[in-house]
Amino acid sequence: MKLALLIATVDPSVGGVLVLGDRGTGKSTVVRALPALLPGMKAVEGCRYGCDPAANGARCDECRERALHVARGKLPVTEKRVPVIDLPLGATEDRVVGALDIEKALRNGEKAFEPGLLARAHRGFLYVDEVNLLEDHLVDLLLDVAQTGENVVERDGVSVRHPARFVLVGSGNPEEGDLRPQLLDRIGLSVEVRTSDDVGQRVEVIRRRDAYERDTSAFLAHWEAADGAVRTRILAARKRLPAVQVPDAVLHKAVQLCVELGTDGVRGELTLLRAARAAAALDGHKVVTDAHIKAVAPMALRHRLRRNVLDEGGSGTRVARAITAIYGAA
Amino acid sequence: MTAAVPVAGAQDGAVAAARARAAAALCVVAVAGREIGGIVLRDSSAGAQQWIAALRSVLPASVRVLRLPASATDDRIFGGLDLAATIATGSPVAERGVVAEAHGGVVVIPLIERMPVATQARLGAVLDTGVATVLRDGVRASFPAEFTLIAIDESEEEVWGVAAPLRDRLALVLDGDVRVDEAMLPPAATVAAARAMLSHVFASDDVMVGIGTMCVAFGIASDRAPRQALWTARALAALDSRRDVEEADVALAAQLVLAPRATRMPAPPPDEDEPEQEQPPEPSPPEPTSSDTPPDSPDDRPMEDRLVDAVTAAIPPELLAELLARANRPSQELGRAGAEKESWIRGRQVAARRGKPDGVRRLHVLETLRAAAPWQRARARAAATRELPVRSLIVERDDFRIRRYVERAGTAVIFVVDASGSAAAQRLGEAKGAVEALLAESYARRDRVSLIAFRGTTAEMLLPPTRALARARKLLASLPGGGGTPLATAIDMAVTAGVAARRSGTLPVVVFLTDGRANVARDGKGGRTESMRDALDAAATFRASNLACVVIDTSPRPEPMARKVAEAMGARYVPLPVVDARAIAGAVQLAKEVG
Repeated sequence: MKLALLIATVDPSVGGVLVLGDRGTGKSTVVRALPALLPGMKAVEGCRYGCDPAANGARCDECRERALHVARGKLPVTEKRVPVIDLPLGATEDRVVGALDIEKALRNGEKAFEPGLLARAHRGFLYVDEVNLLEDHLVDLLLDVAQTGENVVERDGVSVRHPARFVLVGSGNPEEGDLRPQLLDRIGLSVEVRTSDDVGQRVEVIRRRDAYERDTSAFLAHWEAADGAVRTRILAARKRLPAVQVPDAVLHKAVQLCVELGTDGVRGELTLLRAARAAAALDGHKVVTDAHIKAVAPMALRHRLRRNVLDEGGSGTRVARAITAIYGAA
Repeated sequence: MTAAVPVAGAQDGAVAAARARAAAALCVVAVAGREIGGIVLRDSSAGAQQWIAALRSVLPASVRVLRLPASATDDRIFGGLDLAATIATGSPVAERGVVAEAHGGVVVIPLIERMPVATQARLGAVLDTGVATVLRDGVRASFPAEFTLIAIDESEEEVWGVAAPLRDRLALVLDGDVRVDEAMLPPAATVAAARAMLSHVFASDDVMVGIGTMCVAFGIASDRAPRQALWTARALAALDSRRDVEEADVALAAQLVLAPRATRMPAPPPDEDEPEQEQPPEPSPPEPTSSDTPPDSPDDRPMEDRLVDAVTAAIPPELLAELLARANRPSQELGRAGAEKESWIRGRQVAARRGKPDGVRRLHVLETLRAAAPWQRARARAAATRELPVRSLIVERDDFRIRRYVERAGTAVIFVVDASGSAAAQRLGEAKGAVEALLAESYARRDRVSLIAFRGTTAEMLLPPTRALARARKLLASLPGGGGTPLATAIDMAVTAGVAARRSGTLPVVVFLTDGRANVARDGKGGRTESMRDALDAAATFRASNLACVVIDTSPRPEPMARKVAEAMGARYVPLPVVDARAIAGAVQLAKEVG
């Protein structure tokens, strides 16, 4: 799970991350801890959508408008934390996509758009706990926006579009209801979380949690340095990412793996490569090796197998078997 | 053990043990309710009320105890739009929900089994964060909401009414008789003192190792459980006004928190002779650890081993078999919770429509305001020219918007599979194949399925209605065959399941796979004549219930008995030899249209 989230942080274009697993294994805790871990980002000052000052193409209408009136289109910049937005299960559509600002409409008769959750999550993470319990139409909406990177609102007589690029992170437990195939298909990486059966690790979890509850600030101070190290690693990996090469031989084998597994479409291959590049960048490598492919293949492919729809468990093992077939035993 | 935490002598028997457990749990909730999330009371309403009244008596009067009906809407529970204030001010005003009103207090939910799973999951999220976030109907707000949850679960014995996501957050469970003997409770002042010192109680590293070891030994996956056990142990120490957690605290905490969550029994140490003999038939009363081992052989094993024994002793032996069975198949109750709750009659809300509110159709205030908004200036001007009184907000009839819901009337396919000897010998395998094909169809349509199997003397609901079809498939694959054919009992159960599914708003279709050769009567005794008479009698009841049904004859060549039963049930009859999966699916489809 950690690797999957780090990969998504380094290269958000891998698509969303789906975390499945036992209850109480700290899925939510990990995601909610992200803001503390992530490097800050630059954003256009005063922009309600947190536009990226560097990306001229993907600006919201407001920024585009403002840019016309300042010298050389340079808008003031401020430092922001990367947003990690929690989508509660009971949220209604108007709050998610945004809607007419009622107050302004009534007071001034003005048609103003009030951005929703998607706007707040722009350039960050949108987290849905128990994603399998979320209503179908909201899931569709999220997937749609996540894929296009743009939120188009046509309601209440307002017509707005604004950039909304975010990494969708969903978590859930398949036992409470299946995940729809549409969702699985569009999600980039999927990981399964299990509790460790190792007494030492379990005890360590208890210890740390207790230390946190008893003295939060001391706990945070203690782990600050470790957080900083992760932050440096992410920043370095992001810088390195564009230069990471994929040798033809590695590419060839990766495609072979997908063929062996019979994954549908090219989405699997693309995700596999992107994830492998990000993994290489995180390791400080300039070249993707078979080892990187092997490391990310399970999370990039296990939910894409053209499987017996009812076969829930085996996909992980099938990926492992195919890896052994292509790359030989570890 | 202590004066504060009531303990029953072993000789007082099961009732005393249950009372002591209930009292111990009550004390823990009173002291560390917020830290441990809360408690599930699996008892009748009367028993639960007595427990809650006793809890109130030890809590300070200032602690609020709010009741939350399971049917409450999301906006009442978590907060929403304050209609009155919104209309008065003309701008959306958020209103606190019950969980925020109960901040610092207790929320009681009777009949939790009727609460939709998604709502229960949200409650769990609020318990985690202590904050209720409102994101609906035009408002965005957060309210502090730290509370203790008491869920009263009156569902039948083998199933859980509390959905798994919520159950994980509630440390304690009391099953059966939850009433407490108030004489066993400590005075309110003791509880208050314990509350005050709770966070200063020290737990040594040994304690944490002990708890961690138990979690692994008993196959408890959640990392919430050890945390809850730790706080429970702290609460017990605090009740005894000790600043250190002792082994006895951990042992009792483990019995209360960890034992009910066990999914497996620890592997017995190789040198142990008969560990099973040590287990009392009932949950043992909380005992001081000194009595756990005979006095003549002082127990010098590490604390974690002694603790594991203490918890093992708290698990009744009949549970052992159950645990072993459960280890091989996923727990059933989840599916049930997932299914029944979701089928609300209200359905999901869709875009509001212009219209006039009346008794049935409800005004969508926010959409109405939205509709009125763009016209305010124009209307104000118009009002001014006609010298009408000045109003801050002018809403006209054309602005009215009505709430609309879409009901999701899904299909619930109830498979009733004959796993008796006669069927197994013949074509259980093929029948399984046919069901699997149907399951795949159901998957595409997002139906719910449930699975009833019958063999020997009884029928058993293997899988309550669920959308997790993979589980149905797994269960089916591992379904053993053999034994008699209690057809009547199976039909009776199908009626119950079908009617329940209909009541929960889904469209039930029953698919029977049998050779129709009943040889076990309702009373569990053999005899072909009686069995067949009972089966036809059950079939008549089935017909009266008007459920759509297909009987798939699994015998090698069409079996007259199966046809007869099918006719009596008013079901479509399909002999297996001529069907492939598609034909069965077609028959099911037809039955649905007819039924």
